[in-house]
Amino acid sequence: MSRYTSVTNADLQEMLAEIGLDSVEALFADIPDRLRLNEPLALGGGRAEQEVYEELRGLAGANVSTEDEISFLGAGMYDHYIPALVDSILQRSEFLTPYTPYQPEISQGGLQAMFEYQTAISELTGLAVSNASVYEGPSAVGAAGYVAKLENGRRRFVVSEGVHPHSRQTLATMAHGWDVEVIEAGLADGRTELPALDDDVSAVIVQQPNFFGVVEDLEPIARAAHAAGALLIATCDPLPLALLKTPGECGADIAVGEGQSLGNRLDFGGPSFGFFAATDALLRRVPGRIAGETRDVDGRRGFVLTLQTREQHIRRERATSNICTAQALNALGGVIYLSWLGQAGIVDLVTLMLQRTAYARERLSRVEGVSLLHEQPVVREFAVRLEAPADRVAARCREQGINPGYPLGRDYPELADCLLIAITEQRTRTQIDRLADALGAAVAAERHPAGVSA
Amino acid sequence: MSAEARWFTAAADDELTIYERSKPGRRAFTAPELDVPERPLDELLPAALRRADPPRLPEVSEPEIVRHFNRLSKRNFDLDTGFYPLGSCTMKHNPKLHERVAALPGHAKLHPLQDPSQAQGALELMWRLQEALGEIAGLPHVSLQPSAGSHGELAGVLLTRAFHEDRGETRTKVLTPDTAHGTNPATVTMAGYEVVKVGTDASGNVDLDDLRAKANEDVACLMLTNPSTVGLFETGIEEISKIVHGVGATLYYDGANLNAIMGICRPGDMGFDIVHFNLHKSFTQPHGGGGPGAGPIAVSDRIEPFLPLPQVVRRDGAPGNGAHGPYYDLDYDRPKSIGRLRGFQGNYGVFVRSYAYIRSLGAAGLREVSEVAVLNANYLLARLRREGVAEYLPAAFDRLCMHEFVLSGAPMKRELQIKTLDLAKRLLDHGVHPPTVYFPLIVDEALLIEPTETETKETLDHFAEVVAGILREAQADPEVARGAPYTTPVRRLDEAAAARRPVVRQPL
Repeated sequence: MSRYTSVTNADLQEMLAEIGLDSVEALFADIPDRLRLNEPLALGGGRAEQEVYEELRGLAGANVSTEDEISFLGAGMYDHYIPALVDSILQRSEFLTPYTPYQPEISQGGLQAMFEYQTAISELTGLAVSNASVYEGPSAVGAAGYVAKLENGRRRFVVSEGVHPHSRQTLATMAHGWDVEVIEAGLADGRTELPALDDDVSAVIVQQPNFFGVVEDLEPIARAAHAAGALLIATCDPLPLALLKTPGECGADIAVGEGQSLGNRLDFGGPSFGFFAATDALLRRVPGRIAGETRDVDGRRGFVLTLQTREQHIRRERATSNICTAQALNALGGVIYLSWLGQAGIVDLVTLMLQRTAYARERLSRVEGVSLLHEQPVVREFAVRLEAPADRVAARCREQGINPGYPLGRDYPELADCLLIAITEQRTRTQIDRLADALGAAVAAERHPAGVSA
Repeated sequence: MSAEARWFTAAADDELTIYERSKPGRRAFTAPELDVPERPLDELLPAALRRADPPRLPEVSEPEIVRHFNRLSKRNFDLDTGFYPLGSCTMKHNPKLHERVAALPGHAKLHPLQDPSQAQGALELMWRLQEALGEIAGLPHVSLQPSAGSHGELAGVLLTRAFHEDRGETRTKVLTPDTAHGTNPATVTMAGYEVVKVGTDASGNVDLDDLRAKANEDVACLMLTNPSTVGLFETGIEEISKIVHGVGATLYYDGANLNAIMGICRPGDMGFDIVHFNLHKSFTQPHGGGGPGAGPIAVSDRIEPFLPLPQVVRRDGAPGNGAHGPYYDLDYDRPKSIGRLRGFQGNYGVFVRSYAYIRSLGAAGLREVSEVAVLNANYLLARLRREGVAEYLPAAFDRLCMHEFVLSGAPMKRELQIKTLDLAKRLLDHGVHPPTVYFPLIVDEALLIEPTETETKETLDHFAEVVAGILREAQADPEVARGAPYTTPVRRLDEAAAARRPVVRQPL
């Protein structure tokens, strides 16, 4: 008997007798002999719980986590502090182990939490409608593109180069199936510069703040998009939205984004959640689950999954998305985290990051061989140019226990000497000062030979 | 009223929302000290870029947050508390060890852009999981990237498209059985193909004549679940494979029902080209009330060049250090790849749990999982028959089932005047989660029942007795079931009103 089953030999005999068979083998009579495996899978034997724990601990130990170094890595996921109450609540079996709430009478906890989450996302984005979550950030951009395609049937997306490379790549993968072309709009001094838009453009897609940390001015972009009859899709970092003019206020039709920074672990990239918000006009095209308020037969308030005729299990090939299982538990972590921050706290937190980021920018720009890539306003992330290859500088810093940020060369070959640096509330002034020293020393050691340009 | 449903202890009244608990001035968060010189806000972020008012988030203290969400939790039914025979969802026990190992800082606090040289443990774990899943599927190449089953399906159909395009072929149609999960046809549309439905024969198998009639050079792929969504093994799978491959199409395996066949037979050996796994079903990732999951895919040699970017690979020796042991890396140099399907490397936290599960059970344990899953399903079907349930709830197909089975509530509706929905709602009063209802679509008043391997015989006996009891109750008075549930925090909810005038956020 394996650890998680409970059929005794006596049970087995009784159960087979009830079925009217004499062996377990006979249960599989429908499987043609030629297809039956005659030997065990090459997976080895089972192991005791403590043996598995030790193996997984060993693998964990072979990673350098944000507890093991001072990390300035961001570029889409951020080392924010997660309050203990998030872990504590998410480990409750009533949240951890239920299925999707298709039976609302016994799922009010999860459904109400979704409704509270949707309300918080609407507040952050300034848009009337939020769904209950999508997978994560970049695929949320793809999902938003699909809504635009359904809405206006046009055949081109204009995507800013300031949109996260993973989002652009994901959108391109998905759009290939719809025969929609993806055109990139360049940046001027770190901000999106739109080309002329014609009536083939389905949607304009920008990121706020953009991949380089720069705050975009969304309003003129929205006006240009709408003038061409296109939708504006803004993919947003949710925490800076505590200070920034909301995408809704700026005229965005859809705001999506990566929710990890709202109380979710880094987890080497997932699971986290994607958020998806839209104007009221797009309500019936929104993908995935949406919780809605209603009443029961006794007049009590309750919540259900609503507008299900958008979804795959009802609408099948005419659904607004194929999404089914999404990220309910991660989104719950998000709304718990936002409740913990609260209305005043979220402003305090983001203001602290803004101030420390300003300090870091100023401090690093005074380091020999380091300069700012852009001068535009930023919130908690910015790019610097080094007088040396960024990947080699980063490797040198890591040897001293400081991960100085993300080398941009992989995604932008022309920026092979640039580094993207994130300053969360976990990075103190002392740590920023250490970064400045480490970066200065590493750039000096790796500096381009005189006369050779980057 | 049943005396058994006592899960809901704090449930009687309307529960305030977190916003309704809010009071100006309350807070839980204290910001770390401002340790840098403060600069004027206008200097850092011009007013034209700023919002006028902060987002209206709740103003609550820590004790209130904890109490609020704990109270909400008590209004949820969950797998750790009771039986959850939800067909096609594989609601089996989620081992507690997995939560412990996933929370280790080396896993949970690892940044996704960490240099591969400093993420060797994570990449090795992913590589080993790829190898294990490939072995279970009988297909050699695996990508862990997709985020859930439907995302794996999208990956699979886009891989199919890339495969045909690479051969210079344009195909426009994808076949799905009329029993398919809704995600299959929805995925087909989202990948830019037209859906063509294939019928089911009287014994519950794919109708081979219909398949032959519809399989032609326009067809890119057949998406199939095996065991099928009616819980039966496709006995004609080899012939299906021959027909599909005969017209140059690919054969796609929806892994929702993999729990029936692990270590017993393999999709790759049946002729499937592409398989997706639901790690939140057969591989014990807790379902979380609607995710997270993960939907890795395994593919054959001819599909491999098109797998998503990046691929986790094992190389001989780290860059620059010669051939000292294996080095795990992310491979971006794949010119025929369909590209990315999401950010970073996938739902790694899910991979940790599923890897721990596979290591805990090993080959023999996984095979036993499937044996007991099928044993439990057939036992429950037989046990329900012994209770006399078959008169009102006959099995849709009179065969041995695999890990789940379908009953039809049509006679019950006709003879007892209660619908499948009523039976489902009445089960709630008995502390049992209802089966999947009204799916698959080809069975009238369907109930799809999947007990899973982690339930005891006693639990199955109890379920059979409860169903029989509800039918007896309905013989005496159908109104009882029609009005159910009675013991839940709320009773039947007006879903039509919710859809007619949607209220999807709290007015603030």
